[in-house]
Order: sequence, then C-alpha cells, then structure tokens
Amino acid sequence: MKVAVCVSHVPDTATKVKIGQDEKHIDPAGVVFIINPYDEFAVEEALKTKEKFGGEVVAISVGNDNSKETLRKALAMGVDKGILLKTDKSLDSVGIAKALAEELKNQQFDIVFMGKQSVDYDDSIVGQLTSEFLGYSCISNAVYLNIEGQKVIAEREIEGGKEVVESELPVVITTQKGLNEPRYASLKGIMASKKKEILEKPIVETTNHTEVVKMRKPAAKQPGRIIGTDVSAVPELVKLLHEEAKVI
Amino acid sequence: MSKVVLAILEQRENKLKKVSFEVVSFSTNIATKLNTEVVGVVIGNDIQNLNDISKYGISKVLHYKNESLTNYSASAYTDLVCEAVKETDAEYLIFGDTALGKDLAPRIGARIDAGCIMDCVSVDFTGNPPLFTRPVYAGKALVDVKFNSDKKVVTIRPNVFKAQIPEVPQELKIETRDVSNPNLKTKVVEYKKSEGKLDVAEADIIVSGGRGLKAPENFNLVENLADVLGAAVGASRAAVDAGWRPHREQVGQTGKTVSPSLYIACGISGAIQHLAGMSSSKYIVAINKDKDAPIFTVADYGIAGDVFEILPALTEEIKKAKA
Ligand SMILES: Cc1cc2nc3c(=O)[nH]c(=O)nc-3n(C[C@H](O)[C@H](O)[C@H](O)COP(=O)(O)OP(=O)(O)OC[C@H]3O[C@@H](n4cnc5c(N)ncnc54)[C@H](O)[C@@H]3O)c2cc1C
Ligand SMILES: Nc1ncnc2c1ncn2[C@@H]1O[C@H](COP(=O)(O)O)[C@@H](O)[C@H]1O
Repeated sequence: MKVAVCVSHVPDTATKVKIGQDEKHIDPAGVVFIINPYDEFAVEEALKTKEKFGGEVVAISVGNDNSKETLRKALAMGVDKGILLKTDKSLDSVGIAKALAEELKNQQFDIVFMGKQSVDYDDSIVGQLTSEFLGYSCISNAVYLNIEGQKVIAEREIEGGKEVVESELPVVITTQKGLNEPRYASLKGIMASKKKEILEKPIVETTNHTEVVKMRKPAAKQPGRIIGTDVSAVPELVKLLHEEAKVI
Repeated sequence: MSKVVLAILEQRENKLKKVSFEVVSFSTNIATKLNTEVVGVVIGNDIQNLNDISKYGISKVLHYKNESLTNYSASAYTDLVCEAVKETDAEYLIFGDTALGKDLAPRIGARIDAGCIMDCVSVDFTGNPPLFTRPVYAGKALVDVKFNSDKKVVTIRPNVFKAQIPEVPQELKIETRDVSNPNLKTKVVEYKKSEGKLDVAEADIIVSGGRGLKAPENFNLVENLADVLGAAVGASRAAVDAGWRPHREQVGQTGKTVSPSLYIACGISGAIQHLAGMSSSKYIVAINKDKDAPIFTVADYGIAGDVFEILPALTEEIKKAKA
C-alpha cells in the first residue's frame, strides 16, 4: 500500500498571539512551532496502515525550511521519508491543496491521511480540496477506519452523533481525535530519523483565491462581575440572566 | 439575470436545520447588496418543513430529490450542487459551517475553482470588495478576508447570523428535480445518533463541567442544571481525558467551537485552549472556587464558590423561576 500523510507546522496551541507588523500575519518571535496536533493522528493511522498492509509511508509538508522540523517529527514516529514542498509565500488553503495534489498525483498513493484541521487557520478544508484535485474519494473527520480490499468504511463525527460512511480506494482520510492514540517517538526512532531523507521540491505557484486584508485582535470582553462567593448569590444570578441578559 | 447567490440548505433526517434559515438570511443580505437574487438548493427526499423557508425572503428553491439522498453522500451532493452552480451561474455559495458544510463546501470550491472562506462570523459590505471576517488561531485573532476568485464559497458559523423574517413575504417556488442515478461512490450508510442528547455544537445553552467536578458521577449536578435549562452538557478536555465524559462533548481548540447564547462553566479554570472554543458565547457564567481563575476574565457573571453547593441551588432557583 502506498500511503502519504500531510503534515503542517503550526504554533503551539498555548501560544499568545501577537499580530505582526504587516497586520496580516502573527508575529512569529518567541512562538514555539509544533506538528499540528490532528496530524499526529494522521501519522499514527498511516503507520498502522503500513503495519497492516505493508508498503511505504511518505510525509509531505508545504512550507518553508522550518517545516522540516515537523517532517522530522513524523520521521521519528516511523514515517519512511519526507518531502518538503518548499515555498516562502503564504498560500491559502486552495494553494496548499493544489501543491499537495500536484505532488501526490505523480506518485499514485492508495491512501492519503491528513488532520481534520490545522490549528493555525482552522480551515478544515485542505483534505477535501486535495481529494477533489486528485479525483480521490474523501472521508473527513474520521474517528474509526477499516479498509478491506478496495472498500473503505469509516465513521465520522458530526453534530449529535456519527455517520458511518462507505467509500473506496484511493481515498483521502482526515483524522479526528478518537481514531487512535498517536505513538511517541522512541529514542531509536529519533536517532533513525536523522538518517532519513527529506526531499526538497519547489511548488507549482498559483495565485491565492482569498487574501487576508487585515489581522486584528477580537474586541476585548468587558470584565464581568463576581456576584458572590456562595449560594446567597444564586437568586441574584438568576435575576440577571433573566432580566439583564434575557437568556433564560 | 446577474449572478445569483446560492444558499445551500441542510437537512438531517428530512428536516431543514436551523442553520439553513440563517444561511438564507445571510444570502439575502448579500443578494440585496449585489442587486441579484437568492436561489436555495436542498438535497434529500421528502423534506417536511421545506415550506418554512419561504418566510425568510427566498423565492426559489431547487430540490434535488431521491430516496438515497436522505443521508449525506459527499460524491452525489458535490455533483448536484455543481449542477446548480452551472444552471444558475452562481457567484456566491453560502453554506452553514457544520460537519456537512465543512465537508461539502471545499469540494465544490475545488470543482468550480472558487476561493473558500470558512467559519465567517461577520461581513462588511461598506467597501468594495466586501470583507469577510473569520476567527483564526482558535479565536485568538480575527482576519478580514477578501476574494480574488470569480466564484466564492463562504461558510457561516451557526448561531451568529440571525435568521431574519423580512416584512414583505415572498412567494416560494420549489422546483423539484428527480435525480435518477446519484453518484453514491461515497455515502453515509448509517447515522448513529448519540443517546437522545442535544449536541453542544447546536445548543442555545450549554452547561459545561471540568476537573473541578472531581469525579464522573458528580456530572449529574451539571446534567440536572442542563435539564432544567433545556441545555446541552459540555466538558473541558481535562474531564474528557480523565474518561469522565465522551469526546463529543469537549469544548475548546481540539474539541468543538461553540457560540450559544448562554455558556455556564462549572469547575473549569479557563485555559487558553478552552476559551478558544467558547469565548464567542453571548453570555458566559463561571462558577469556580478560585476567584483568580482565568475563566472569570471572559465571564459576564461569576460566582467564586463551590460547584457542589452552587449547582444544586442554581438548579432549584431556575426551576422556581420557570414554574
Ligand atoms: C494541544 C492542546 C489542546 C487542548 N485542547 C483543549 C480543548 O479543546 N478543550 C479544553 O478544555 N482544554 C484543552 N486543552 C487543555 C487545557 O490546557 C487545560 O488543561 C484544560 O482545559 C483544563 O481543564 P479544567 O479547566 O477542567 O481543569 P483545571 O485546569 O484543573 O481546572 C479545574 C478548576 O476547577 C476549580 N475547582 C476545583 N474544585 C472546585 C469546586 N469544588 N468548586 C468550584 N471550582 C472548583 C479549580 O479552581 C480550577 O480552576 C488543550 C491542551 C493542549 C496542550
Ligand atoms: N502546509 C501544509 N502542508 C501539508 N499539509 C497541510 C498543510 N496545511 C494543511 N495541511 C493538511 O491539511 C489538514 C487540514 O488543514 P486545514 O484545512 O488548513 O485546517 C492538516 O491537518 C494537514 O494534514
């Protein structure tokens, strides 16, 4: 089985966001970058798929040189090789998906794993976009996956429950928490990853379909009121919710 | 006719979801600004409340109909929406930012070479082109985004844009299209509903519990309050990771993003990843015995006390108020 996993390099979720001088991006100074948390589920599932069916797992990232760190992380978890689709431009999701599809197309993967969402722009669309550009099927937000022959069965999380989805290979799967428990990179894995190859390739340039005009902070919320410290505050709270906020 | 705005309506189990009405209102708003009209698209079988849509100022709906389309099929729905785009020469396509909308919208975007702006929470038509605002970095920042593409796909966050009923009612024309051979390459074969409970992503009121509840059985205090309010139960990641609550209830950066009118956080400290998922709620109440807990910085009203005392009292008080 030829398996690919797409990983993105994102600010740690605990990052305090500071707007950069161009007012279009965050100020990266002092920000710690990590592998996108959802992509760890994708890497894990890719490795499990290889363990079950044999074959090779390739990790791909679109980004600048810094993204190599995240590729290394995937390699340390057990991925066989990495590809950096190199660009210094900030691409929108359509641009990223086009670059990924262009690369994936050449290699005829049976299955491509991605996270359900990048925790930077929170788009949740690169998997679906890429599948369309490739002409592959796609199941997003998977919390369960089983492959038998050409048939793919997955469960995806939706409001109020789960959908059981049937599809076929080749397929793009985007992964959600619950699908698996990502393994830790072992010391051996980390050592081995240093010898693994990261191929660098230029991307096919496209123009962005969407453009950030301005990034700003949300209006600060007025600090609220602490009404009290014990049950005597309860009637007042209910009154405020009813009369002032009018939400109950 | 100039380029129309397509409002993609979502049904579940043959009923239009609330967000569909919000999508229509949002679409009508854009159409007015662009001096064009809105066409609705709905895919499914016998949609029981389809006529309700007429109240919201839409005059035409294309209903793609087939029994096997009751459940979502990514492949079939993609084909059919693209057909509607071709037929109407739509410029804008508006979806709800739901599990279905998130899955379907980008597929259409890829097919028609559109830009996609996801999870829009406000829009500004004063300039040209219009600017769509969406949260990034889990709500820690906002970006104002414009399109450079001819075709434009937008998803709107549920519960943010109110469904408005215009003064002049519209006559609704529903054009039914019987679909003969839907492309079911990818299809939902079963919908497993979680135990009769309201989902946090769709609830108007949420009562959430965190590690401060101390043990899974103590969540009955949260559930009781939720019951009297008709609210959904949510949880912090600490409560989910401890195995006290299922992941579907997790609110936050790696859980669900919610914007109810009322969010009650019980025994939750208010870590940045939790705030990311709920700080856009209209009203926030915090109950936490630590008066310095960060949750109080976003709360409108707080009680700096013990959840084990406050929750039962609050439940009783609301019962009384509702009686
Ligand atoms: C990558 C990543 C993603 C994450 N995603 C999420 C996410 O999606 N959602 C999320 O919630 N977290 C997320 N977190 C975790 C987050 O950082 C916090 O650890 C978590 O939110 C803490 O949960 P808590 O508030 O329930 O627990 P704690 O932080 O332990 O807080 C418990 C609170 O209860 C109060 N308390 C204790 N006893 C009582 C009592 N008797 N009465 C009243 N109050 C009491 C305490 O004062 C305390 O403030 C994420 C973390 C990471 C690293
Ligand atoms: N720059 C990138 N390089 C490789 N994969 C990416 C990149 N951006 C996003 N992805 C993949 O697409 C998923 C969804 O991202 P998004 O649509 O941006 O929320 C991520 O979890 C990754 O698997």
